[in-house]
Amino acid sequence: MEVRVQNVRKEFDRFPALHDVSLDIHSGELIALLGPSGSGKTTLLRLIAGLEMPTQGKIFFGDVDASEKSVQERNIGFVFQHYALFRHMTILENISFGLKVRPRSTRPPSGEIRRRAMELLDLVQLSGLEKRYPNQLSGGQRQRVALARALAIEPAVLLLDEPFGALDAQVRRELRKWLREIHDRTGHTTVFVTHDQEEALELSDRLCVMSQGKIEQVGTPDTVYDYPTSPFVFGFIGESSTLPVVVENNELWVGGRAIGLPAGDAKPGNARLFFRPHDVDLIEADASLAGVVTTARRVGGTRRVELEIGGAGHLVEVDLPFDHPAGEKTRLSFRPRRWKLFPAE
Amino acid sequence: MAATKLRARVHRRVSPTSESPLVQWTLIGIALLFMAVILLLPLYAVFHEAFVKGVGAFFAALGERDAQAAIRLTLLVAAIAVPLNVVFGLAASWAIAKFEFKGKAFLITLIDLPFSVSPVISGLVYVLLFGAGSFLGPFLKSYGIEVLFALPGIVLATIFVTFPFVARELIPLMQDQGTGDEEAALSLGANGWQTFWRVTLPNIKWGLLYGVLLCNARAMGEFGAVAVVSGKIRGQTTTMPLQVEMLYNEYNAAAAFALASLLALLALVTLVLKTALEWRFGDEIAAGGGH
Amino acid sequence: MSAAVSFAPRRGWSFRQPSVIPGFGLTLGFTLTYFSLIILIPLLALAIRSAGLGPEGFWKAATDARVLGSLRVSFVTALIAAGVNVVFGTLIAWVLVRYRFPGRRIFDAIIDLPFALPTAVAGIALTAIYAPNGTIGALFAPLGWRIAYTPSGIVIAMIFIGLPFVVRTIQPILEEVSHEVEEASATLGASRFQTITRIILPSLTPAILTGFALAFARGVGEYGSIIFIAGNIPFVSEIAPLLIYIRLQEFNYVGATVIATVMLLLSFALLFVINLIQAWSRRRYGYGSN
Repeated sequence: MEVRVQNVRKEFDRFPALHDVSLDIHSGELIALLGPSGSGKTTLLRLIAGLEMPTQGKIFFGDVDASEKSVQERNIGFVFQHYALFRHMTILENISFGLKVRPRSTRPPSGEIRRRAMELLDLVQLSGLEKRYPNQLSGGQRQRVALARALAIEPAVLLLDEPFGALDAQVRRELRKWLREIHDRTGHTTVFVTHDQEEALELSDRLCVMSQGKIEQVGTPDTVYDYPTSPFVFGFIGESSTLPVVVENNELWVGGRAIGLPAGDAKPGNARLFFRPHDVDLIEADASLAGVVTTARRVGGTRRVELEIGGAGHLVEVDLPFDHPAGEKTRLSFRPRRWKLFPAE
Repeated sequence: MAATKLRARVHRRVSPTSESPLVQWTLIGIALLFMAVILLLPLYAVFHEAFVKGVGAFFAALGERDAQAAIRLTLLVAAIAVPLNVVFGLAASWAIAKFEFKGKAFLITLIDLPFSVSPVISGLVYVLLFGAGSFLGPFLKSYGIEVLFALPGIVLATIFVTFPFVARELIPLMQDQGTGDEEAALSLGANGWQTFWRVTLPNIKWGLLYGVLLCNARAMGEFGAVAVVSGKIRGQTTTMPLQVEMLYNEYNAAAAFALASLLALLALVTLVLKTALEWRFGDEIAAGGGH
Repeated sequence: MSAAVSFAPRRGWSFRQPSVIPGFGLTLGFTLTYFSLIILIPLLALAIRSAGLGPEGFWKAATDARVLGSLRVSFVTALIAAGVNVVFGTLIAWVLVRYRFPGRRIFDAIIDLPFALPTAVAGIALTAIYAPNGTIGALFAPLGWRIAYTPSGIVIAMIFIGLPFVVRTIQPILEEVSHEVEEASATLGASRFQTITRIILPSLTPAILTGFALAFARGVGEYGSIIFIAGNIPFVSEIAPLLIYIRLQEFNYVGATVIATVMLLLSFALLFVINLIQAWSRRRYGYGSN
């Protein structure tokens, strides 16, 4: 099911949580809403679900205007961060709940409900636990039950709110892989909210980066990582270093010195240079970024060096192979291999 | 079309986890009406009946010699019973909260036991222990000590019914606070008493006050247990609640309600202080009640 | 904790775990002595008196028609009152926890009035209200329904004293029911009514049962607030605690002891049931009613 969010605005007690947000979610894709807390990603998810109603704007499921519909009528599957399982029901009863509460005319016979619930239990690899209570399961198992419960009603869209947020790192990685598998097998249109960029990059077909109630960028993980369209996205996704520069004569200057990077079509004046610490070449040339090493520490297989550039105390980070001889030096000069210029703030 | 629009408007107003305003106000109305009739009306009735014959009659009833004696006796009984239960509550909560030992859960259950005993039975057990057919009663009497139909019996029955109040307030609170503060004080060279007075007591003072408040209200208002052991000797062994009963049974309702209004006032003051403590020091009184 | 383990003597059984904190012997000793003197020995005196009657004597006294009549009155009225309190207590807890309205905190505080108001005071006040010439009694008198001086009056008094037990048991559990669970139910297509009846009320069941048992136990044992309003007619409106009192006035200690023993056994059984409910709900749902 295709979902279109059209110019949606949401205020809580006059405090705007979302400003004029539009987003097209393609049928069958797995899309991540990524952003820091307070960016409005959970609000957007809850608006799609119908757990909140927009102050302005519309949400379409296919060609149908869903903003007129209540959460019950939207037929969505929602998975909560803290599972929200029904504690007084067994796992089987939890999964069957959505089918059992249907009006008699659309309710499957009880044998059919049971068969479907058992099938889902098998899908989430929890066969044999149907008589247990949520209290008797681990966090990871509970979240699988929550997913099975959401899938049981054959939702038009599957919505997950920080589904792995309450789990520890190991379980989290496992479930991530497993969610991708389930998605590939069932083909549900899936939207999930996360503040973990690694999760978003690994799991999603597309990601939607949000900040302060607005969408910053939407694209595939590769596009967003390689071609960030805003300073926020560059800073939020992946490692980044930034430096104030001056554009003059179609070149970039730092501290009165050209650094050997062409300005392209950037306007003359102050600007901000962004690059990835691992995406640099060490060079011995005048036209380069040169700085004094302030700290160097090993991070896994690389050595991360912090440099002070110019007299103004601007700090940037670059990564070297951990055994690179330059790691011992007190001065380094380098040039970013790929970079991006944004207007100065 | 019109129907869809109407429904949409309703949906926009009502969140999926709440009821429509109409339902909400209906439920609020029923709940408040029930509380008004069951709880507030009796409270109002006490004060209304107390002043029905005028302010003069009210003060005359309170100034009466037997009423004065009843007030004094009630204060005296509370002044003995409450401190004893405070000492017990502190000792019990120290032993239970600061140490791990076998049978602890059972001991906690035992402390609550008096709550499940009918007040009349709480009095009866002392009658059996000290009454005419017992061994202890005549023995003490030969030394001139009267327990039944005298102050000691009333105090004992009062202690029985108010026994758990302080302890059950302090035990969860002190369990929640753990032993870290005390261990720190001891490691800094404080002795046991210093640790108790300077570390433990300040930590639990509001919870203790809360327990004392409830204990005192019950001690001053106890009726059934005291009725059984007091003998109701006018001016000597009648506490305020007993005096209320005697006046009422003598068809002196105005005087009965005048004295009752004092007790109702005590209940109101207790409620106000209790609520104030809960609002102001909520987390220092209840030890994470929900867990 | 680790220190306590490493210092623990390598015996299979020790009464308590070692601790650096002083005062264990003093405080536990005092606690047990005080408990024995005030509670245990007097209750034992009752048990011994009762045992002294022998099974036959006990049975004969316990099945006396007036005794059975008073027990029936106490239990039936307490059951009705606890039932009423469960319905309205749940409603009140719901309204206090879920809704915001002017005066909410004051009404919340007022719930505890029956704990604080001396029972004799409540008793005469209720009698004044429900007597045929009282505020509410006068409303019903023309309909031929007398409340005071009948079993209805007993039920009213028991509703008064039992209400806070139900409300205060349900309130904290209702606060714990997470918002997310209700949202989950809604996303699965359940109507608000289905969410309340299938999700919220079932998760309150242990608390409701506990509240019912507490209110019932309190009602059965209650004396002060009832005797004024009851009318105290044997076989009709004479409650068991009153019969104990009457027997004592008659110096019939045997009769009083027997009724007391029956009541005590029943309230201990109730206490046991309450503990079972709590243990069951803790095991099953991961939370208790305390």
